[in-house]
Amino acid sequence: MIKIDQLSVSYGAVKALENVSFEAAKGRITAVLGANGAGKTTLLRTISGLVASHHGSITVDEIQLTDKSTENIARLGIAHVPEGRGVIAEFTVEENLKLGTLASKVNIGEGMEKQFELFPVLRERRKQHASTLSGGERQMLAMARALIAKPSVLLLDEPSLGLAPLVTQEMMKTISALCSSEQLTVLLIEQNAKSALKIAHEAVVLHLGHVIASGSAQQIQSDDNMRRYYLGVQR
Amino acid sequence: MMGNVLTSRIATDFFGGVTSGIVIALVALCLVIIWQSTNILNFAQGAMSMFAAFVGMNLVFHGVNYWLCLLIAVLAGMVSGGLTERVLIRPLYGKPEINPVVVMIGFLGVVEALAASIWNNESATVPPPFSLTYFESNGHTILISPNAIFQVTLAVGVMLLVALVFRYTNIGLQMRAAALAPEVSKLLGVRVDRLLTLGWIVSSGVGAIAAVIVSTGQTLAPTNMDGIFVSAFIAAAIGGLSSPVGAVTGGVLIGLTNYYVLDFWSPNIAPLTSVVVLVAVLFVRPQGLFTKNTTRRV
Repeated sequence: MIKIDQLSVSYGAVKALENVSFEAAKGRITAVLGANGAGKTTLLRTISGLVASHHGSITVDEIQLTDKSTENIARLGIAHVPEGRGVIAEFTVEENLKLGTLASKVNIGEGMEKQFELFPVLRERRKQHASTLSGGERQMLAMARALIAKPSVLLLDEPSLGLAPLVTQEMMKTISALCSSEQLTVLLIEQNAKSALKIAHEAVVLHLGHVIASGSAQQIQSDDNMRRYYLGVQR
Repeated sequence: MMGNVLTSRIATDFFGGVTSGIVIALVALCLVIIWQSTNILNFAQGAMSMFAAFVGMNLVFHGVNYWLCLLIAVLAGMVSGGLTERVLIRPLYGKPEINPVVVMIGFLGVVEALAASIWNNESATVPPPFSLTYFESNGHTILISPNAIFQVTLAVGVMLLVALVFRYTNIGLQMRAAALAPEVSKLLGVRVDRLLTLGWIVSSGVGAIAAVIVSTGQTLAPTNMDGIFVSAFIAAAIGGLSSPVGAVTGGVLIGLTNYYVLDFWSPNIAPLTSVVVLVAVLFVRPQGLFTKNTTRRV
């Protein structure tokens, strides 16, 4: 479980997050929604230790993260698939996956086999450089690389960005299935609120660094104001 | 017939060019390793390498075995490389690009002065482990000595070892990842900071070997590597700064060009040829011979 309590982050004089508090439960998907500049990416980057907070706390299963380095946070089983996917274009699919296992105790061969079963297209492309993959395949590789180390928390930053609607649908289904089968705590950032709310159990809506609503995905989706002003979802 | 070919001017220059070029290539490789991982040009590479060579090879004059001295030089290089990164370089990450340039140029002066003051009275010729006498064929000299073969073999061996480690080991994979995508690597639990230090350690160990090769059969002097460093810098730039293969190719190219120009044209022109080659390459391919893209997609 992730517990975020009174979290504030600034970039110089600009406040990116202010007193953000919410919880994300194990085996459930929590969607973090909001317009551009709401602070969604900053939130994930702060959880991963890429951005320093100046107030508040982030705990995962009672372990405080705010004083830890990004590498140590990753080694605690918190996997972050960044915006733009972050696959290393110069590496092959296999090299990208192998890199995902090196900081964990996972057996490389077994881990890779499991990911190839989840994403069969990666098996076909295993010797290809990531630069030659399509957008959807890159997203699968980024997901596989995050999952291969058997994380307990999965932070996904705009996984549908640049993907065709059908591919997005498939991706969301995979995330949903993985969340329940692996009992993952998933934080899902999406601008595409409609597809995120379809699979999310809970949702948090950010506006200019503040939480303006949180609750079950259904509640958020049925709130007229949320839909109209923040989610861009038409009935 | 074979003897004539091997003793011809073209062949003689070729052997000399390759022998000197391979050492330039080795130092260029050091520069590329550090540039790739930290985007810093180590202007003190030559001086640091020479300092490590002094630490090890100076012991030859006190009766220590050549090979043990070589090992000590490499270890000294590795330790000094690691310390330099931790103490001098680490505080400069994220600072303006000119800062490390200024610091490393200053450090170059400090290291050379330190070496001169410590070992001032002990300069003598480092005895080579193999003969310096050139081979002969039908009374003609072939410009290859057993020691030159040893030097080229050692340099090529080190290059291959570095290439194999970077290409096929887990630590090599992590080092390449840390250089290409440091933030993503951190998100995967890779200890990027330690790998940057390791890059400096490897590079300085390799540099020490280059300095030992250069100094064997010569007088140990703090400035032994200055000229080679300039050539290596140009070689790395020819290759594209981020390509190890490019650096090695550039080094050999400069060694060969120097020898042919020196022999067929003029010794006065020879030092300028590497600069001419660099300008020519940069005109045709501004990103260097072996760099594919100027931007990287991750």
